[in-house]
Amino acid sequence: MIEIENVRKSFGSLEVLKGIDLTVPRGEVLTVIGGSGSGKSTLLTCINGLEPINAGRILVDGTEVHAKTTNLNRLRQKIGIVFQQWNAFPHLTVKENVMLAPRKVLRQSKAEAEEMAVRQLTHVGLGDKLDVYPGRLSGGQQQRMAIARALAMTPDYMLFDEVTSALDPQLVGEVLDTLRLLASEGMTMICVTHEMKFAREVSDRVAFFHKGVMAEIAPPADLFDNPKDPELQRFLAATH
Amino acid sequence: MFNYRFQWKQAWNRLPEMLDGALITMQVAILSMILGIVLAILLTLFRRSGNRVLSGVATTWVEIARNTPALFQIYMAHFGLAGIGIHLSPYSSLLLGITFNNAGYLAENFRGALKAIPDTQPRAGRSLGMSDLQAFRFIVLPQMIRISFPTITNQMVWAVLMTSLGVTVGMNMDLYGVTQDLNALTFRTFELFAIAAVIFYVIVKIIQAGAWLISRRLFRY
Repeated sequence: MIEIENVRKSFGSLEVLKGIDLTVPRGEVLTVIGGSGSGKSTLLTCINGLEPINAGRILVDGTEVHAKTTNLNRLRQKIGIVFQQWNAFPHLTVKENVMLAPRKVLRQSKAEAEEMAVRQLTHVGLGDKLDVYPGRLSGGQQQRMAIARALAMTPDYMLFDEVTSALDPQLVGEVLDTLRLLASEGMTMICVTHEMKFAREVSDRVAFFHKGVMAEIAPPADLFDNPKDPELQRFLAATH
Repeated sequence: MFNYRFQWKQAWNRLPEMLDGALITMQVAILSMILGIVLAILLTLFRRSGNRVLSGVATTWVEIARNTPALFQIYMAHFGLAGIGIHLSPYSSLLLGITFNNAGYLAENFRGALKAIPDTQPRAGRSLGMSDLQAFRFIVLPQMIRISFPTITNQMVWAVLMTSLGVTVGMNMDLYGVTQDLNALTFRTFELFAIAAVIFYVIVKIIQAGAWLISRRLFRY
């Protein structure tokens, strides 16, 4: 379970999160929508401790992310994150990209890591690209590789930060299909996205962020068809 | 006017000694590069550390190495250190001087290479649970070495040529030192140094061929 309690976060004098309260139970698929600068992506990087916070606290399975005593490297092993820019490691093959962290962080044997890599890559539909270098893949394929790379650490939670935003339109579908697959398998996911159709379809709940505040959170049918917050109404009118 | 009589045979007979010298030259160059790369990586880490003392040490090193003559650096390694009671053999002084120079130049090259690697690369490693050092070691470092590979090759060539400065600290086992001694013995100056020049040239070509072979392994992506 991810518990976010009154989290505040500023970059300099700019407050991007103004007291967020949110609980994500295991197995939930939560999507976060909102305009750019609404703080939704920042929230994800705070959850796995890549960014410090200014107030409040975030608990992942009871462990406080930003406590000084928390071993962030260990905590991050159960929180996978995939970014808008997939960040393939260009000097490693697709398989080696996926094997790296299990080998070095989890100290798996080569055979173990390789088996896991092949399984995860096959899972995301890249079983035929194992020994190719990422430079030869399309953006969508690289993004799916990044998802497999995160999954190879067998995380309990997956965070997706606008994973389709940097893709050509015709490649968006294949990545969303991968996310749908994960959702259907019961993975706990927080997806920051601009894909409204996808959000409506896979989410258990959808949260709308506006100017650092979570303005509304509700199951997709309620949120999309019966939005209460005036900003959300405006946002949905603009994106439809 | 021109009454120098070429006696190639006399110089040619000394080829085995000169080739022995060439091996020492290559040995010094290779060792100075291995040590230089390791030190340059350390200096790079110092500069990234955010610690003012460490980054100050690194910056000073790089500034001196790049902005003073290599001859001065080798001189300091021999006579300078002797002045404060550290007596190094000519071989060690030469190795130390060139290593110092290599590390400085390479550290600067590495800094440029690092600029070409986006911060999101180590960040992706961190988000997979790697420590800062692991992300550097397995993600940043391999890319940094690849990006700066041409300049590393260049520095290796420089290291070979810089060994000739060893004569100023009494080094007489390397190619240039051996040639110098033979010259003093036989006065076949032109012939001996012409042969030495050809050997230097061949060594550099061997290095470039080696670099090409290594690059084929490194740049498969």
